[in-house]
Amino acid sequence: MSTEGTNTAAREPDILGPIRTETMTLNMGPQHPSTHGVLRVLLELEGESVVGCKPEIGYLHTGIEKNMEVKTYNKALPMTDRMDYLAPMSNNLGYVLAVEKLLDMEVPRRCKYLRVLLAEMTRIQSHLVWLGTHALDLGAMTVFLYCFREREAIIKIFEKVSGVRMMTSYFRVGGVAREPYAEFYDDCRRFLDAFPEKMDDYEELLTDNPIFLRRTESVCAISAEKAIALGVTGPLLRASGVDYDIRKKEPYSGYEEFDFEVPLGSAGDVYDRYCVRIAEMRQAHRIAMQALDGMPEGPLQADNPKVVPPPKEQLAHDMEALIHHFKIFTEGYHVPAGEVYQVIESPRGELGYYIISDGSPSPYKVKVRAPSFSNLFALPEMVKGGMFGDVVAALGSVDIVLGEIDR
Amino acid sequence: MLSEVIQGMWVTIKHSLRSRETVQYPEVKEEMPVGYRGLHKLLLWEDGLERCVGCKLCSAACPVDCIYVESAENDPGNPTSKGERYASIYEINELRCIFCGYCEEACPVGAVVLGNQYEFCEDDRDKFIYEKGDLLVGSMEEVPELKARYSEQKLLKYV
Ligand code: SF4
Ligand code: SF4
Repeated sequence: MSTEGTNTAAREPDILGPIRTETMTLNMGPQHPSTHGVLRVLLELEGESVVGCKPEIGYLHTGIEKNMEVKTYNKALPMTDRMDYLAPMSNNLGYVLAVEKLLDMEVPRRCKYLRVLLAEMTRIQSHLVWLGTHALDLGAMTVFLYCFREREAIIKIFEKVSGVRMMTSYFRVGGVAREPYAEFYDDCRRFLDAFPEKMDDYEELLTDNPIFLRRTESVCAISAEKAIALGVTGPLLRASGVDYDIRKKEPYSGYEEFDFEVPLGSAGDVYDRYCVRIAEMRQAHRIAMQALDGMPEGPLQADNPKVVPPPKEQLAHDMEALIHHFKIFTEGYHVPAGEVYQVIESPRGELGYYIISDGSPSPYKVKVRAPSFSNLFALPEMVKGGMFGDVVAALGSVDIVLGEIDR
Repeated sequence: MLSEVIQGMWVTIKHSLRSRETVQYPEVKEEMPVGYRGLHKLLLWEDGLERCVGCKLCSAACPVDCIYVESAENDPGNPTSKGERYASIYEINELRCIFCGYCEEACPVGAVVLGNQYEFCEDDRDKFIYEKGDLLVGSMEEVPELKARYSEQKLLKYV
């Protein structure tokens, strides 16, 4: 953290509004561990209390949306991982569902279940990173280590199933990249069986811990109306008591077949956000278990040779398969003209893909509605009038991923 | 207040008695799983001929355009590959590569494959443009993990 001297309000009037006397502008970030990425928060302080807050973004801008326009639908997919790198599978899912909607394509039931299983594991994984870092911000070191240990177990499964730890690119239009490895389901079950006990440990360390309670209870609350007005979604919105979960409201990928609850908070403070996410991990565990138990038999890829590449063995003796294979990897596939908006419930909230197709093999326009983006801009509302030390707690509770915000 | 602190300490003590998860890298290295997406390899057939037939499909499939292939006719008396053509130049810019594995998926003969190697370094950026000599395996025995994945019978041989 670096101070910029006093009375800088005079120097940057448009950022901080009318001049006040004896306030101090403080730069939190862009290199600050508690900003969870490259984010700069301009704070205006009056003594210890925050009178102004302005998040400055753009340090991680990568032009992903624009870049997608010059790539075929398949080639654009690996870029979605790199937006929200803590929830790669969720990002893939939103994108492939959007393209599948444009193609009017239905994937087999087994594929849907597999996607749900992996998407829920992603949710657990992402929430674990959040829990670890949030607790670390508030001074609880041990939880961080435990959370990353469990996250590592999930990441190992991802690594085996897709080939890499984080940039999985596993979900593809019309199916998944490859058949899961032989012990995949056993590995998932082993992890999921052991997980509730681990959750109890985290809760034992935090939920009733008086230090943690004092740093989170009634801190940086946001009302339901304000949250809705600011476009806040995900656990943040639900902590304010609004029952809004895309998995229930607009089920996708077969979520209507699963039995789960949407945890809600009431006060909308940092503690409620903690409780909602903890409960959400338990629900994600429940969904993943159902997906694992009910995993149907059958094909994994959609039956559409123009979009889904044939298995490699077929190339040796099937001329038609070879032609399709060449076409898919050189030219790509033509997607009917039209536009589509597909939303999913990513670990951070409502993740939307708006894609316009002009009938060519590349998207005409892709716009991503990143949940972190809207959620971050609720931060000024949360911290204004509060104590300076609570900014870290609030920022941690928003659970932002800067890669997704800047895209 | 004290009871919660003791409760918390109890969890910590319990955990400190469990087995360690830490791996002492680089002394101890973890085994990479089958199908790991690491550094590329260009594979050979059992008889030592190159698999790559210079079809450039990998380079077309690459999302970041980091593969450059130039192909040439095989000398019938002394062929380099089993097809009519072979890759006379094959370069991958490993700094640009995002290790997505699309090249491996696209290659119809299982020539370019992402191997298990995850640590490689050079002292100059230019050296990261790996050429055919850097990528081609000496023999399939060098890469047992890939040998099993790309058995001969399954694949197109162009002959
Ligand atoms: S792994 Fe992906 S980025 Fe790397 S060379 Fe292959 S296709 Fe290109
Ligand atoms: S590596 Fe495979 S895809 Fe690439 S040029 Fe050679 S044969 Fe074709």
